[in-house]
Amino acid sequence: MDRFVFLTVDGLSRGAVYAAFALALVLIWRAARVVNFAQGAMAVAAAYVAFTVSTATGSYWLGFVVAIVAGLLLGALVDRVVMRHVDHASPLNPVIVALGLVLLIQAVLGMVYGNEFRPAEAPLRRSALTVGGFAVLSPYDLFVFATIGVVVSGLAWLFARTPVGLRMRAAAFAPEVSRLLGVNVGGMLTLGWALASGVGALAAMLVLPTELGLHPHAMDLVFVSAFTAAVVGGLDSPPGAVVGGLVVGLLLSYVSGYAGSDLTPLAVLVLLLAVLLVRPGGLFAPVVARRV
Amino acid sequence: MSATRAALPPRHQLAEAGRPVDRPRGSTLLRHLAVVLAAGLLLVAVSYAVEPFRNFQLATVAAYLCATAGLTVLTGLNGQLSLGHGALMATGAYTVALCQNAFADRGMTGGWLLVLSLGAAIVSTVAVGAVVGVAAARLRGPYLAGVTLAVAVVVPALAVTFDGVFNGEQGLSVPVEPPPLALGPYFPYERWQLWLTGAATLLALLLLANLIRSRYGRTFRAVRDDEVAARLAGIHVARTQVLAFVVSAATAGLGGALLAVLALSVSPGAFSLTLSLFLLMAVVIGGLGRLAGALWGAILLVALPDLTHSVTELFTLSPAVAQRLEGNLPLAIFGVTLIVVMIAAPGGVQGLLSRLGRRLRARRS
Repeated sequence: MDRFVFLTVDGLSRGAVYAAFALALVLIWRAARVVNFAQGAMAVAAAYVAFTVSTATGSYWLGFVVAIVAGLLLGALVDRVVMRHVDHASPLNPVIVALGLVLLIQAVLGMVYGNEFRPAEAPLRRSALTVGGFAVLSPYDLFVFATIGVVVSGLAWLFARTPVGLRMRAAAFAPEVSRLLGVNVGGMLTLGWALASGVGALAAMLVLPTELGLHPHAMDLVFVSAFTAAVVGGLDSPPGAVVGGLVVGLLLSYVSGYAGSDLTPLAVLVLLLAVLLVRPGGLFAPVVARRV
Repeated sequence: MSATRAALPPRHQLAEAGRPVDRPRGSTLLRHLAVVLAAGLLLVAVSYAVEPFRNFQLATVAAYLCATAGLTVLTGLNGQLSLGHGALMATGAYTVALCQNAFADRGMTGGWLLVLSLGAAIVSTVAVGAVVGVAAARLRGPYLAGVTLAVAVVVPALAVTFDGVFNGEQGLSVPVEPPPLALGPYFPYERWQLWLTGAATLLALLLLANLIRSRYGRTFRAVRDDEVAARLAGIHVARTQVLAFVVSAATAGLGGALLAVLALSVSPGAFSLTLSLFLLMAVVIGGLGRLAGALWGAILLVALPDLTHSVTELFTLSPAVAQRLEGNLPLAIFGVTLIVVMIAAPGGVQGLLSRLGRRLRARRS
């Protein structure tokens, strides 16, 4: 029982991070109909910037803020410099370009920082507090939950309640009409990329201390898990991404706790295949006729 | 969406419509056989002309070519993007390693055993490819890319999970027989490797080239261009997609098996996600959907790391910096090239070459 509670809490904490990362994927997918395969690499790049700032100044929190800012800037940069110029006629093109970005970013990180693991410090204790004899939450888990909660509700508020959010949704839904109505569609797209990349950077900052550490390839498996989470929820649904993230986090935690951590990648693949074959639109997708 | 599509066909269709219609000159099979024979003779001549290390490099190009040719058929002609071909190569490579070790343990010797092992590698990769292909036939665009990406990340990790069979990160060694004595006692091993991989790759290319020109090749392209129209024309779309995936998997498996035979070992590190991205990059830069493009891509895969190595040697760098540059500079160049090619010249190298050739021909006539 003790173990089950521990694994559940650990899974939820990990799942919250996957949820944020999946949310970032969904943001770009809704805005630009592109699955950003470079998101993991971009997030790692932001985390490396944070690492540099933190070691130079000795302040974790300064690095944390810098990571998010770097993520925002990198997202805007990728959209303006690369993605905007890609021919979107075939859905393959943006995917291939994103993979080129993965190679480029990982190579640059490898050249600057080297291809070895660097320790990623956690700002708070990761050992669990005990409540009534049960080891429940660590301060770090609480920090993760709080941060993700703030980000998710902030995004929900932004998209549902603010004029900017309305414009972003309009630009994604009907670009031509929005342009006629005076919406800066290109700017909204860049903003979407920046926001998504910022959220991705935040997720990387939260997940890296619980993994092996900083490495140019550190987010590869996280990306696959988050993609699975986004697919479980349906690529079009932000609430679905959050639920999908928690589901994937719990599943991975149980698999690694009860069956061995070596099996977690396989579990992700099986879950991804199962969801895509049984319910390709995700658990939260409205019923639509598929265009063959 | 459908309205714009009807008004403006995709660029590749326009390009194909603009190309002069190929007149059938004799049998396609005979023509391809002649090309393959010529290439084979050229390869033998080259293998005597260059030093052993170049022979080894050419053999590596041949092994990569096997995989890139299959991938370009799948992605370029059938429109399915696979990021999992590195994993399929790993399947072939590990099968060859397991088979060769099993033969060696039982004390069996003989040159034909390697052929048997390569065959087993193809069969096992076909099985894996069929499973992935059946899933892939139901998926489109980014979903397919995501699944195959997961395959590429997960499959090499399996070598560590089941380290009783695959020996974890260390991998397995691949015992391969020396060249047959009939070739003489001092026959260089690298030349033998080139002959082996060259023969296997040319055979695979011959089959692929015929497949592309056959009824199946036409159904591949029809499914890529418009699934609805293909279905209306009586083509079974899902079956065609699975077939394309299986064919592509078979060549990838053979390519991986040849790489294992060349390196005399297999380890999960050699078949990482980066390898899958490299293969994709090679076919895109070479020119999607053309076997000649796959050749350019395979050459690039071997030549570029070598080239960056010689460039970094020109500068006097501290060993640590040199090591970082050497591993990562080719990656960075690949990445930039991929992005630039995708944006500026989607036809790749072979597209540029054939455009150049057409312009020259037009000027002459």
